[in-house]
Amino acid sequence: MSEAGGSVTAVSVIEARELTKTYGDFTAVDAISFDVAPGESFGLLGPNGAGKSTTMRMIGGTSLRTAGTLSVLGLDPERHGPEVRASLGVVPQADALDEELRARDNLYVYGRYFGLPRAYLKAKVPELLEFAQLTDKSDAKVTALSGGMKRRLTIARGLINEPRILLLDEPTTGLDPQARHILWDRLFRLKEQGVTLVLTTHFMDEAEQLCDRLVVVDHGRIVAEGSPRGLIQEHTTREVVEVRFGSARNAEMQAELAALVADGQRSRAGLEVLPDRILLYTDDGEAMLEEINRRALNPLTQLVRRTSLEDVFLRLTGRSLID
Amino acid sequence: MTDTGTPGADAGPRVTFTGLDHHALAARTRRWGWLQYAGYRQVAETPFLATWLAVAFGNPVLYLAAMGLGLGAIVQGDVDGVSYLTFVAPGLLAATVATTGAQFGTWPIFGGFKWQKNYLAGYSTPLEPGQMALGETTAIGVRLVLQAVIFWLMAALFGAWPSASALLAIPAVTLAGLAMFTPLMAYSATVENEGLQFNFIQRLVVMPMFLFAGTFFPLSVMPAYLQWVGWISPMWHGTQLARMASYGMANPPWLTAVHVLYPLALILAGQWWAGRTFAKRLVG
Repeated sequence: MSEAGGSVTAVSVIEARELTKTYGDFTAVDAISFDVAPGESFGLLGPNGAGKSTTMRMIGGTSLRTAGTLSVLGLDPERHGPEVRASLGVVPQADALDEELRARDNLYVYGRYFGLPRAYLKAKVPELLEFAQLTDKSDAKVTALSGGMKRRLTIARGLINEPRILLLDEPTTGLDPQARHILWDRLFRLKEQGVTLVLTTHFMDEAEQLCDRLVVVDHGRIVAEGSPRGLIQEHTTREVVEVRFGSARNAEMQAELAALVADGQRSRAGLEVLPDRILLYTDDGEAMLEEINRRALNPLTQLVRRTSLEDVFLRLTGRSLID
Repeated sequence: MTDTGTPGADAGPRVTFTGLDHHALAARTRRWGWLQYAGYRQVAETPFLATWLAVAFGNPVLYLAAMGLGLGAIVQGDVDGVSYLTFVAPGLLAATVATTGAQFGTWPIFGGFKWQKNYLAGYSTPLEPGQMALGETTAIGVRLVLQAVIFWLMAALFGAWPSASALLAIPAVTLAGLAMFTPLMAYSATVENEGLQFNFIQRLVVMPMFLFAGTFFPLSVMPAYLQWVGWISPMWHGTQLARMASYGMANPPWLTAVHVLYPLALILAGQWWAGRTFAKRLVG
């Protein structure tokens, strides 16, 4: 985009207005509205059951909305499902790989589902296996692959049709840290190449790594929207002090600690009492810690850290992201 | 979209974007999606090709040897005016192909939803649920034709076909096989649990349809109150058509029409129902 602030002026590739999905009397997605700009990396952050996956499926036109409007690449996915899905790369939460087939056959048959010519797939499949670091597993059955390999294979599969938008539903859930980093690297490369990424996650670090912009979803509603850094600045303090007093004393320390954060702090300061620890939000963690020690409150453990999206979520909902 | 990567700027692997026409892909898939899906079955079944060929060639030999030569040796005189081998071969052909159709309609479809996830994967692409159901029928149809051809050739070695018109038995029994397949496919798409009802179907639906299909003796020798089982069995209709093709079994024209139209109606009804059950299972 030539104009400054391109994401504002660019035509959205996804435009959701008052998007709603109910199952019986359960509302999975509750009138959410958002836009995704081309080339943007957009995240839906929220706990399990927040309505993230349902939103993803509605984007692909494989779940029918109850109310609201949705436009993907200028089309209504419910009426133009095949047209929309032809331009989408989908990485579902459950890989949906055929475990009996070889890695390359999974890509091949999937490419054929799009009607891609054999000659195209002959060149594309090895390239995608290379991209997913699975070249030496090309002839291996999926059963023989590790969780991280399966995930990368699913992403490779989602790229078979050169998608304009890649939908990733919890791309790294269940992966070990090393596997996650390989995957993040690959997704970052795609982003650099201009692929629009839409991902759901309940990992704060993942959202901070990958998303330009995100919405925090809870109980089917958007509770906050912005860049990871902007959300942290807006909804929490700069630092957080974590103290543990043991399960017996945790609750009784609440009143005493509340007085600490109330003293001359900004309104974003405050405390969250979790079952196993208390979080004190403050702009100066070290000073807070000194005060705690000066008052001889004797926490079992103490820790000062930078605030993260986890804290944003806690401040907004009073609940942890992973229950 | 173009590849914006600068050559040599980054050592890591990249994906090339060649500028695919997504709308053309969607348009092609709207028309040919069923055929695009059918390729899945072909790839998925390839590892079992050797087993399948062994069964396809071995079964007719065993059946024809046991029934045609063994049972045939104690059957005194002709049955329906022909040798017992000539009488029983069309029935065995129909039963084999129709049973295979029934098998493919149960576990592979159920497993596709539950284990292989091929339908879920397919529904992330421009394919629609009904197209996948039609693709299954297409793939199974090809498979049944091949099986019928192999059986036919093996039976020819036994001298079971008195005329070249017996070749028409191949489309006849394929019809019977698909008539078993599509309704079961539709039903199997609704099964959520471990699929134990398939044992029930095998024993209490498919097996009686086989036993009352007039394979080893004409259905007309059965008591009238039991003949209805044969009438609802696509296998019986396939068997009768195959016998007409093979040795020119006498049959009134209206009944011949029933033998063609009944399996055809089952195929179409099953296919229509499968389109609905596939969609119900996949659309959220």
